[in-house]
Amino acid sequence: MSEIENKDENGSMDGAEECTADGPKDDKGLGLGVIFFMVAFLICFLSGWLLFPKLLYSKKEQPFNFDHALHTAETGDCETCHYLREDGTFAGLPNLESCMECHTDEPMGETEDEAIFAQKYVAKEKEVPWLVYSKQPDCVYFSHAAHITKAGMDCKTCHGPIGESTSSRPYEENRLTGYSRDIWGKNIWGIKTNSWDRMKMDDCAECHKEETGHQGYCFQCHK
Amino acid sequence: MKVDRRSFLGLGLGAAAGVAVSPALVKLTDDSSIWTQNWPWTPVPEDGEITYDKSVCSLCPGCCGISVRKINGRPVKIEGDSDFPVNNGGACLHGIAGLQYLYDPARVKTPMRKKAGKFEAISWDEAIDLAAQKLGDIRQNGAPESLGLVTGTREGSVSKLFNRFMDAFGSPNAYAMPSLEANLALTAQTLHGEGNTIGFDLENSDFVLSFGAGIIEGWGSPVACFKANASRKERHAELYQIDPRLSNTAANADRWIPINPGTEADLALGLCSVLLQKNLFVPGQLTGGLNRFTAVLASEYTPQKVEAITGVKAADIEKLAMAFAKAKMPVAVPGRGRGDQGQSLREFAAVQTLNALAGRLNKEGGAFVMPKADYLTFSEASMDEVAETGAGKEKLANSIDELIEKLSASAKPLVNALLVYNANPCYTLKTPERVKEAFKKVDFVVSFSSFMDETALASDLILPASTFLERLEDVPSGAGLAKQVVGLARTMVAPVFNTKNPGDALILLAQAMGGTIAESFEWETYDEALEAAAEGIWDGLNEEGYAVISQGTPMESPATDFAFMASNPAPIRPGCEGEFILMPIDNMRISGSAVASSPFAVKTVSDKVLSGTDVLVEINPETARAKGLKDGGSAMLKTQVKSVKVKVNYNEGIMPGVIGMVRGLGHAFDNPYVAGKGVNVNDLIGPVIEPGSGLDAAFGIKASISKA
Ligand code: SF4
Repeated sequence: MSEIENKDENGSMDGAEECTADGPKDDKGLGLGVIFFMVAFLICFLSGWLLFPKLLYSKKEQPFNFDHALHTAETGDCETCHYLREDGTFAGLPNLESCMECHTDEPMGETEDEAIFAQKYVAKEKEVPWLVYSKQPDCVYFSHAAHITKAGMDCKTCHGPIGESTSSRPYEENRLTGYSRDIWGKNIWGIKTNSWDRMKMDDCAECHKEETGHQGYCFQCHK
Repeated sequence: MKVDRRSFLGLGLGAAAGVAVSPALVKLTDDSSIWTQNWPWTPVPEDGEITYDKSVCSLCPGCCGISVRKINGRPVKIEGDSDFPVNNGGACLHGIAGLQYLYDPARVKTPMRKKAGKFEAISWDEAIDLAAQKLGDIRQNGAPESLGLVTGTREGSVSKLFNRFMDAFGSPNAYAMPSLEANLALTAQTLHGEGNTIGFDLENSDFVLSFGAGIIEGWGSPVACFKANASRKERHAELYQIDPRLSNTAANADRWIPINPGTEADLALGLCSVLLQKNLFVPGQLTGGLNRFTAVLASEYTPQKVEAITGVKAADIEKLAMAFAKAKMPVAVPGRGRGDQGQSLREFAAVQTLNALAGRLNKEGGAFVMPKADYLTFSEASMDEVAETGAGKEKLANSIDELIEKLSASAKPLVNALLVYNANPCYTLKTPERVKEAFKKVDFVVSFSSFMDETALASDLILPASTFLERLEDVPSGAGLAKQVVGLARTMVAPVFNTKNPGDALILLAQAMGGTIAESFEWETYDEALEAAAEGIWDGLNEEGYAVISQGTPMESPATDFAFMASNPAPIRPGCEGEFILMPIDNMRISGSAVASSPFAVKTVSDKVLSGTDVLVEINPETARAKGLKDGGSAMLKTQVKSVKVKVNYNEGIMPGVIGMVRGLGHAFDNPYVAGKGVNVNDLIGPVIEPGSGLDAAFGIKASISKA
């Protein structure tokens, strides 16, 4: 090819590259672009879905394993330990003193966990630093009495069948917010199948809307 | 294969799209918003065990039982105590904000002495030594009567201990600040004899004729009054409010009777006159001077004459008197606004005389004349020779206002040292500048204040007091209630700063002084002194948190002595020049007494009262327009005492010719949330002392107003 032809060819190709979208070189470039797009899309999408939660949450273990099933079998209900005080406030997790109504620094059973409890906590009169799966932010006011006594709700509706568990699952803490993974829910998409899967504001509002016809006012919960 | 620009574009777009449709973005957005809430500098209340402890609020004379919510022992909220017989669960906005006083920026954190015009922190030992030495000098010089005392009230064990100190020291010059309780006790003493007080059974009355009493604006025991008023509709009880201004109480009443300011006593006498003339009075135990009184009424207080004074139509006066006489359980209530300031004995006595003539003394729903709650017994204070001579001297004045007058007028120092407890005379008395000047003439002023308020600033030594949440104290209810209750304020939290119960500070001082003064204060602590003095009711008081001294209708009907009213005491009219009358207004949201409003309470004040730092005065639009004043515009308000810049608030509900200004603003101390807002109405008014009673009866002052 002469230089002129060459130039011409190049010139025309340049023109095609600039003005049309379907030159042969163009095809190839676009194909690569699409492939890059797809690969990047897939990697990011998959990591956002699968890897991201792993990074977002750190796993912590409870001080020792707690067998809810065993305890509910003994006491018969949740309220023996998680009770409402006379003034209507909820006692929350039992403190050492409540546990010691039954336990002494001598283990009653044979589990290793109870031995830890007796030695590390009861004997030393130290509160157990439980990690609370359902802990809400401080600005959220929640009355257990209104829900349990007044609305007659079951503990399960929000907390799930925790009373049937025989071991404590790891506490997954959101590295950014410091709250438990249980609040957003296990499902990273935020999809829930059971009423106890999530504990976000929308979940409260949704149930309120269904039960009372109104999702409530800001100040009812934010104080 | 050549990786070019487009491939990178694809890569970027792909990554963006991938992230966008993955849950990461939504989740991260949600989490970051929560993350911001958890920034370490965001204050977060501590979590922990919740408890409730009972105590009593003593921010006003109301004596409301409170329940203090605590987390891990730290008080976080105050609520009304539902088991307490005065307030049955209610609390007012000052009470619920009581915790703010603990951390008030103006708190005195440790004893302070003034040196070369500046305060410096000193230790308690140094402070007590200094006071003991200064007071010791006064006794050495043989003039113990030159020690003065100003307390908020005379009731309660701490005030009684202060008075005891004066006895042991040898000075008769103990004074209490004006209060509704003192006014009622003085009225009872004048009409029914020494040692009595008066309570009003508002809860059971079916017709309350209020001579300006701010039933829902802080009169008496505020929460008890709110409750009595709230149940009025279901009890079919009526409230008539006599008031120059459509106050909240007037607006809530069944009828508002506008009246020329300061003529309430004349109206009461007009009503008495109708009762006597129409033979509608109840001839009970009416003694001493009834005939003379009848003659005075017949000549001076005929409905026509009273119409000319009060502006209330003669026909209406007759109708009102008939309505009062015909009601089953009527009661007349004295004391404009909160009933503590700018009041005359003439007015209190005139209103109580109406109750007496209508046969409403010691009847259900009426006015109860009862002996003052006397639940504290202290042994006689030991007095040495110096004390005996000092105590024998005559009192310098009849009242705190008269004392200030005398101090101002005298060239030689009449008082060498002054103790001030639970009072802020440099703010609450009329023309505080005059009070401060008088204070300058006193060589050594000791303040037992919790806050660096106007009076503490004017003193030489401050022995800082723990607040009501930090100390034990008996709190007697005394403000016009039909029952007498003593509450026990308990230590809800250990003192936040280096402060003491003033009772303890006083015991330390007495012991440092030695001799018979120390002998008179032999207790180790104030708590011990209280337990001993309240022995008769201590067990119940300590267990329940209160003791009921009297309740229900008193059995005996008291006698009424008409001598005072028969003497036809002269009315107090605001003196000076000016076309208008400036009248202070009491507002439930603003405290006008020793303890200033909390930052919380100040925040609730309407911008029709306080706009930014400007105070608004209420003026009838008619009056305002005649002066060319616009609603919301600025104006200069001038009295003989002072002129200030104010803003105008058109109010149809205030009588023409009257200017209303709220009481309790214009504080000048170091609390940015409370001080520097508005004007202290007392700055504009000069005192007018009622002869005989010594009360400062200046309910207002002549004023002029013009466009600024
Ligand atoms: S009315 Fe007085 S005593 Fe009662 S809560 Fe209010 S400030 Fe306290």
